[in-house]
Amino acid sequence: MQLYLPIADLPINVLLILAMGAAVGFVSGLFGVGGGFLMTPLLIFVGISPAVSVASVASHIAASSFSGALSYWRRRAIDPALAAVLLSGGIVGTALGVWVFTVLRNLGQLDLTIALSYVILLTGVGGAMFWEGLRALIRLRRGTPVTFRRPGSHNWVHGLPLKMRFKRSKIYLSVIPVVAVGLLIGFIGAVMGIGGSFILIPILIYWLRVPTATVLGTSMVLTLVTMVIATMLHAMTNHLVDAVLALILMVGGVTGAQFGARAGQKIRSEHLRLLLGLLILAVGMRFAAQLVIQPDDLFTIRDLTGGGGS
Amino acid sequence: MMWAWLMVILALTLGAAIPAQAERLIVSVSNHRVTVTPNYVGEELVLFGSVEKDDKTPPARANYNLVVTVSGPRTDLVTWRKQRRFGIWINTESREFLQVPSYLAVFSNRPIDAIAPADVQRRQQLGINNVLLTQRVGTDFADVVSTDPFRSAFVRLRKDHGLYREETSAVTFLTPTLFRATIPLPAEVPIGAYDVEIELFADGALITRAETAFEIVKIGFEQFVANAARNHGAIYGMMTAIMALMSGWAASIVFRRD
Repeated sequence: MQLYLPIADLPINVLLILAMGAAVGFVSGLFGVGGGFLMTPLLIFVGISPAVSVASVASHIAASSFSGALSYWRRRAIDPALAAVLLSGGIVGTALGVWVFTVLRNLGQLDLTIALSYVILLTGVGGAMFWEGLRALIRLRRGTPVTFRRPGSHNWVHGLPLKMRFKRSKIYLSVIPVVAVGLLIGFIGAVMGIGGSFILIPILIYWLRVPTATVLGTSMVLTLVTMVIATMLHAMTNHLVDAVLALILMVGGVTGAQFGARAGQKIRSEHLRLLLGLLILAVGMRFAAQLVIQPDDLFTIRDLTGGGGS
Repeated sequence: MMWAWLMVILALTLGAAIPAQAERLIVSVSNHRVTVTPNYVGEELVLFGSVEKDDKTPPARANYNLVVTVSGPRTDLVTWRKQRRFGIWINTESREFLQVPSYLAVFSNRPIDAIAPADVQRRQQLGINNVLLTQRVGTDFADVVSTDPFRSAFVRLRKDHGLYREETSAVTFLTPTLFRATIPLPAEVPIGAYDVEIELFADGALITRAETAFEIVKIGFEQFVANAARNHGAIYGMMTAIMALMSGWAASIVFRRD
């Protein structure tokens, strides 16, 4: 079933995109992440230009994180104060990210930047996650108790000024690192077309010591708002958001996510982290290989006036 | 008054440049308006026409050759070349191709080298190798030789996407004076106005030419979306965001477990 995409300017197979959305949605539901880091590369792979992919995936992530955030809200697993402080940085970061995206696109180096950021971020985070999951699994085998939150162990972050009490998370923390984290995630998300929760969640847990009860819901709120803003800004500045593509992705994505979330409850969290780490690492390696191996064609054509490229 | 005289002089000189107008080309395309709808996956147009002779036509002349050049809306494109830097392949050099046809197809009834000598080919821009593709070279604007690596890569990449093509047997003469040619339009076709130029040759010289045109337009839903995205970015973005929230909300209702 072919459908012509009005912004990407090419016909695609609806069932293929729907299946891709569902598969990525399943993964995102399984691990509690947005799945943008998988969706954007997949779209590029089927021939949609990187610029259109990044811009359209933002709205897809907004949809899936909204459905996630709603269910976390019902379970009171969102810390509104923490979310608000994160957002104050996140909004600025997103705006900066969209601006940098536009500049890079004009310079002709957008694809390289997207590829390089994927390599660095994904192999780094994926590798760390895989290693951590492996260690947790070994510890589990040996029967030693796993301690995530050592009471009283403070790092330098807790010495910063402007402290604030986040009631629902039961933490007392300076707003400076929280705003900085929001800024970083917003920026990365807008440039790379990812929600960034796979980076945000580890930072919140290990660096800021946010309890696991509120971390998933709160990070989802940040993802939701930054992606809604990214959608708006991409639509206003680059005119590259393909609403038809986004809708197909959303339908596939939110459906897949529900099944993924159900499957996720049946798997041990150590296994989940190990698997997610492997998956992220694999995508990162794929991008690395593409940069290092000599491409089949050294030449590429870009459109100067707008639209995609070939 | 002055202008009128100038026009007359111009017409006379032009008339003198083209050798005795003895034949006339009558052409038409099967569809002057190709519409891109949600189920558009490419299309084929048919160009047909005939060579009309009159009493001035040398009676012995029978071997006509045709070159049909279809060019799509003009656009600015950049060709990038990757090189290995610091162990990875990155775009290092680029050339801008200015106001080049986004779609270019050259069809003829026999190889172009057999139709006209090299100087005529260059003058009439016959074939992709001779069509002017203006590049920005430093501060200058010029076309380069057809073997230039950037130019040939540009043409090759456009050919890979079906956007540039050259077929030397695509024009068929049904009778010695009646001909037809098919114009394939790929799925990733550029939207806009297309010019079709038909040139008639005999004995290696241009006898006459004719022009026709067609347009490719988005209509209905496609046009609405593309228009909204381009001209009303803010509202379009807001609608997309609302759509995202609605579908997220709908999913949380449909799959609600409590």
